[in-house]
Amino acid sequence: MTDTKDDVKDSGPESGTQAPAARQAPEEVPRPRGLGPAGWLRWGWRQLTTMRTALILLFLVALGAVPGSILPQRGQAPEKVAAYLDEHRTLGPWLDRFSMFDVFAAPWFAAIYILLFVSLAGCVIPRAVKHYRSMRARPPAAPRNLARLPQSATFETDASPEDVLAEARKALRGRRFRVDVSSGAASAEKGYLGETGNLLFHLALLALLFALGIGNLFGYRGDVLLMEGRTFANSLNQYDQFTPGRAFDDGELAPFTVSLDDFKAEYETGGDKRGQATEFNAKIRYRETPDGGQKTHDLQINHPLKVGGAKVYLLGHGYAPTFTVRDAKGNVAFQDSVPFLEMEPRNLTSEGVIKAPDAEPDQLAFYAILWPTAMASEDGKQIVSAFPAPLRPVITITSFKGDIGLDSGSPQSVYKLEGIGTTLQPVKDGQKLLEPGETFQLPGGAGSVTFDGLKEYATLSVNHDPGRIPALVAAILAVLGVATSFMVRRRRVWVRAGAGEGGRTVVEVGGLTLGSPTSEFDDIVTALRGPEREPGPGEPDEPREPDGPATESKE
Amino acid sequence: MSNADLANLSDKLMLTTVVMYIIALVAYAADMGFGRRGAATAAEARASVQEKAEAKILVGPGGATDADGTDATEATEAAATAAGEDDADRPQVDWARLAIFLSVLGVGAHLGVLVSRGLSASRWPWGNMYEFLTAISFAAVTAFMVVMFRYRARFLGVPVMFAAVIALGVANIWLYDSVGPVTPALNSYWIAIHVSAAIIATGAFTVAGAATILYFLKSREEARASAGTGVATGVKVPGGVLARVPSAESLDRLAMRVTMFAFPIWTAAIIMGAIWADQAWGRYWGWDPKEIWSFVTWIIYAAYLHARSTAGWKGRKAAFLSLLAFAALLFNFFGVNYMFSGLHSYA
Repeated sequence: MTDTKDDVKDSGPESGTQAPAARQAPEEVPRPRGLGPAGWLRWGWRQLTTMRTALILLFLVALGAVPGSILPQRGQAPEKVAAYLDEHRTLGPWLDRFSMFDVFAAPWFAAIYILLFVSLAGCVIPRAVKHYRSMRARPPAAPRNLARLPQSATFETDASPEDVLAEARKALRGRRFRVDVSSGAASAEKGYLGETGNLLFHLALLALLFALGIGNLFGYRGDVLLMEGRTFANSLNQYDQFTPGRAFDDGELAPFTVSLDDFKAEYETGGDKRGQATEFNAKIRYRETPDGGQKTHDLQINHPLKVGGAKVYLLGHGYAPTFTVRDAKGNVAFQDSVPFLEMEPRNLTSEGVIKAPDAEPDQLAFYAILWPTAMASEDGKQIVSAFPAPLRPVITITSFKGDIGLDSGSPQSVYKLEGIGTTLQPVKDGQKLLEPGETFQLPGGAGSVTFDGLKEYATLSVNHDPGRIPALVAAILAVLGVATSFMVRRRRVWVRAGAGEGGRTVVEVGGLTLGSPTSEFDDIVTALRGPEREPGPGEPDEPREPDGPATESKE
Repeated sequence: MSNADLANLSDKLMLTTVVMYIIALVAYAADMGFGRRGAATAAEARASVQEKAEAKILVGPGGATDADGTDATEATEAAATAAGEDDADRPQVDWARLAIFLSVLGVGAHLGVLVSRGLSASRWPWGNMYEFLTAISFAAVTAFMVVMFRYRARFLGVPVMFAAVIALGVANIWLYDSVGPVTPALNSYWIAIHVSAAIIATGAFTVAGAATILYFLKSREEARASAGTGVATGVKVPGGVLARVPSAESLDRLAMRVTMFAFPIWTAAIIMGAIWADQAWGRYWGWDPKEIWSFVTWIIYAAYLHARSTAGWKGRKAAFLSLLAFAALLFNFFGVNYMFSGLHSYA
């Protein structure tokens, strides 16, 4: 885009969005015939870096992302993927074969975005080099006929051509143009920032991709459920779920500890928003290192704790009722708090299981539902929870005995009972409502279960992402770049002065703006004409007339 | 005033807003359809004046814009008056003036809805779907007003007001929610930044979408006219409604300009959302359905911006991409919140 004709042709009304010449050429590239591998490579490269290919790749990225929102994804909800596969026995495995449950880690998705970024780099980097050169090169020489430019003006003056050009240089420099005077004409150019912004935007996107890659490679993320009164030490075996980056080494886990003293949730107590959570606060104590000093902290949503290069987030909460299970012999077979999972988010009706593998002669297990604020339902037949806080906690318990299946070696969820009806048999009349402190004696002297009380737990997420700050910087640069490229346009102005009739000097001025002409040109012409044609005292300001700009617009 | 009074006031003002917008919509439509006799001539005159004014407005700093804008207005009025002079003795309703007057009143009431709602809840009034949709339609109408005064684009009144009335109707009938606090996750100063940016961008994209739809209608009309199938069809049909709409080319340009305004804001909204997500959920990008569809929307708008400047893609193909992107934007708002479960569920 150095030659003027091109520019005139290209100068659409919007600036900054013009496709660079490099991206415009697909049709003219002849298909190679017998060019050999090098020729094919060059041809392929040119195809890849055309705007048409880039558009198709952009479209494919958008299209490829869609299944990620429709189908459950392993990265977000592995349990939902399992459920989906369970429900769709024929379709499921096929979808899985095409990585439809890991869309954003799928080879085909990676192929699309890598091609897109290669195409981007193949276009933007040469453009950046060219732009750098053109910023240092002289502004392009004046075209022969300035009158044919979109903006032009001609006037006569008594000053000598040299004086006119010197004056033009001064005026244009004053407007921060880069000016070059040679062979009877001044060439001036400004507005490089537009192209700079455009390039910055695209390069920042490349940088953002790298930052994401660094985070995925070297970072880690883990989730942990922490009950009140417990302590979490940052090591692999303490996590409920842990996702390391590919290049992550577990020696990198900072040796901090976090203890949860008290979790408090506040809810709206009246009005039609009754029960909506308004604040969560986890009172914690933490140590940066095992021998370090202990600090207290209020951990809240939206306010993560920075410790040892990692960040600790409060993500959620729930109830963990405490139970004591005695077996048929009266020995304590189990005594602990058990985290329950919410069944509905509004009033936190929750469910959980208690497994007492140490009970003898039969192992005991219980399925329980907790109503934080138990009330009779409207028809009086059921129990419901009327409020999420534990105002009147009640638990119903269903008892099982037999083999829990923990010895079989296959891993079990701590939130589920397995083998019900086969290895685990329901205890007859083994259902009971319990309030805190109450004990249920199982029928037939099989044992007992006591609901000792209620604790709360917080779910915490711990992560370390070395790509976080680079990604942020890249993202900010991208926004600045795109905004600049839309706001700043490149402008060129030429001034030619030559001897005219009668000893006067003829001055020609031409202007070329990417996009539609600006009034800046008129101001420049007015400035050049100088005091000679000073508007009369009564005359209104000239350039502001709707139909009377100093020049005519050719667009 | 107590919070309950303020909430009540907000609901009352909502009704006022909707009524104003409906009448304004009718007035815009009347202005477009039979505002003045000789509409075609007036439109021609306006288009040419507008074109000139536009050229300067585009670049001019605030001061220049105002001056030019006024000139353009006067010239347009003059042209319109000239065109309508022959039947000056007939009583005329100045539909355009009525429409603008009602829209200004409506926007004022609309702002009142948002402010009283926010005061009543003591927080930013975008915490649930009802409030989002109310705020987005406010942004759309405001964007339209700005475009109308800057580019003389009154013809956008019909599609934008129509969209605003539908949106407010949906908000009140299906999405209404009483005033209340937000969940702790939304309780952050980022709601003022991230959500506001998303709302502004969505409002502007709506105006761009309206211009693009008009572009499709007009370009088909122009194609039919230039096909030369006879003067009767060429002049008579578009003479009705689309005569007051400027050329397809300037509609295309207008849509592009508004998109160029909205795109960086949308980009910023996504990035600020990522920063907030990093604070609230412990990751800045997790392919949550909302994140996916914001990304998809962004990609398609980016494709549109590129297509717009690529030979062979200009015109209808690019405009199609713009509409597709707008569809993705709408889906991101309605579809994602009601069809998928994700972290952005406030319904």
